[in-house]
Amino acid sequence: MHNFEFIRPADPAAAINAAAQSNTAQQGAEVRFLAGGTTLVDLMKLNVETPTRVLDINRFSLDKIEDTSDGGLKIGATVRNSDLANHARVLGDYAVLSQAILSGASGQIRNMATTAGNLVQRTRCVYFRDTAMPCNKREPGTGCPAITGSNRTLAILGASDHCIATNPSDMCVAMAALEAVIHVQGPKGTRTIRIGDFHLLPGDTPDRETVLESGDLITDVTLPPPIAGSKQVYLKLRDRASYEFALASAAVVMTVHGGNVSYIRIALGGVGTKPWTSPEAAAALAGKPANPATFRDAAEAALRDAKPQSENKFKVELAKRCLEHTLQMAANG
Amino acid sequence: MATTFDSTMSTRAGKAENPADAFAIPLALRINGKEYSLRVDPRTTLLDCIRESVELTGTKKGCDHGQCGACTVHVNGRRVLSCLSLALLHDGLEITTVEGLGTPEAMHPMQAAFLTCDAYQCGYCTSGQIMSAVALLNEPCGPDDAAVKELMSGNICRCGAYANIVAAIQQVRKRA
Repeated sequence: MHNFEFIRPADPAAAINAAAQSNTAQQGAEVRFLAGGTTLVDLMKLNVETPTRVLDINRFSLDKIEDTSDGGLKIGATVRNSDLANHARVLGDYAVLSQAILSGASGQIRNMATTAGNLVQRTRCVYFRDTAMPCNKREPGTGCPAITGSNRTLAILGASDHCIATNPSDMCVAMAALEAVIHVQGPKGTRTIRIGDFHLLPGDTPDRETVLESGDLITDVTLPPPIAGSKQVYLKLRDRASYEFALASAAVVMTVHGGNVSYIRIALGGVGTKPWTSPEAAAALAGKPANPATFRDAAEAALRDAKPQSENKFKVELAKRCLEHTLQMAANG
Repeated sequence: MATTFDSTMSTRAGKAENPADAFAIPLALRINGKEYSLRVDPRTTLLDCIRESVELTGTKKGCDHGQCGACTVHVNGRRVLSCLSLALLHDGLEITTVEGLGTPEAMHPMQAAFLTCDAYQCGYCTSGQIMSAVALLNEPCGPDDAAVKELMSGNICRCGAYANIVAAIQQVRKRA
């Protein structure tokens, strides 16, 4: 691990001022915020992350979960994943989020990992994590050995000629289906970002994963008021039954009236270069009968643009069946 | 030789011994109810601090990357991975290691159950398993074995003592 200066900023404003000095908020950042550390410390040990200054943001009172005035929920940046998953309102009104978080990592890691940290969680692509290998995400311009190499777990949606790394988060997939909004405080003030706009496709700049700029501090995430009567399901398929990243996952928030789908939001995990929302699948379902035939249509629509890698052709059908089954589970209530 | 002498003197005066120490930070850790006043390189993980600086070696280093659970300790009563945690984040927090749970003469019920159920073979993962299991007693967890297995999935046992580990945990839960 490269050495660094450890700083405990007095408050968010001081942290933002210090982080604004960083060359970037993306790969290669000189200044990093440290919350749970489950991604950052790991990548610092691997020399994938080499910040010269690390800012401890754990004591900023950003660890609260509060009701919003419109009936939604405000989740602080440093709320631990386990506290979020087991919160009464999340269990009651946003069950898909609880299910997604509890399907990820382990009890210990969920006790450490935070809301904001999970939003900026890095890929598990083996080439990204190994500094002996080329990687356009870690060192732009060096190439992507994954395209012709070990890519069984990598993305089939949203990939480019420069990067095919999968976004590994479960939490973000559920938040995408819940249409979460991310609140950021930065050198120029505060702003809000819809979760669908937060992560970037790799394109020809895979080192840029989010819209965050130097000094931007995520302060909280808000969930809109719950959809009355909605059935919410997160289903995750993987090589092991637990403590494993998704090969394919689906988050569904659905209401059915008179046998027809009256509200539907769909997001997929494990298959995209970002948490993957599928308006195409939702459009295939809206107003249609909630039955296996339309669920299959939705799955076909969601994966229509899928481009499998050399080792993961199976993921296309796996993701379709994952979504179909998730929709059926939601319909069964 | 003069350089060496100067270096030693400056160390005695509390100054930097080498360039890396320029970043060293004082740290007050409370481990198993005892206060430790330390000065650590910022890179030091809680795991290395516990083992190397405080010399409590019950906590084990397995993968050192958050994948095996051997380094599990409690921070303010919650289980965490000490290998992925910088020591400096724990200033003033209450840390419990396996040495703080019980003694050979007065074991924690979970330690006793691991013995009774023969819930280990080589023993390397055992302190992490026990720390995880004790924390699990205070977490939402269904009554059946499947729920225990799910919540213990972050603790890997290369010897494959899983069946007996689950039995030990269930024994303690049923008696509680």
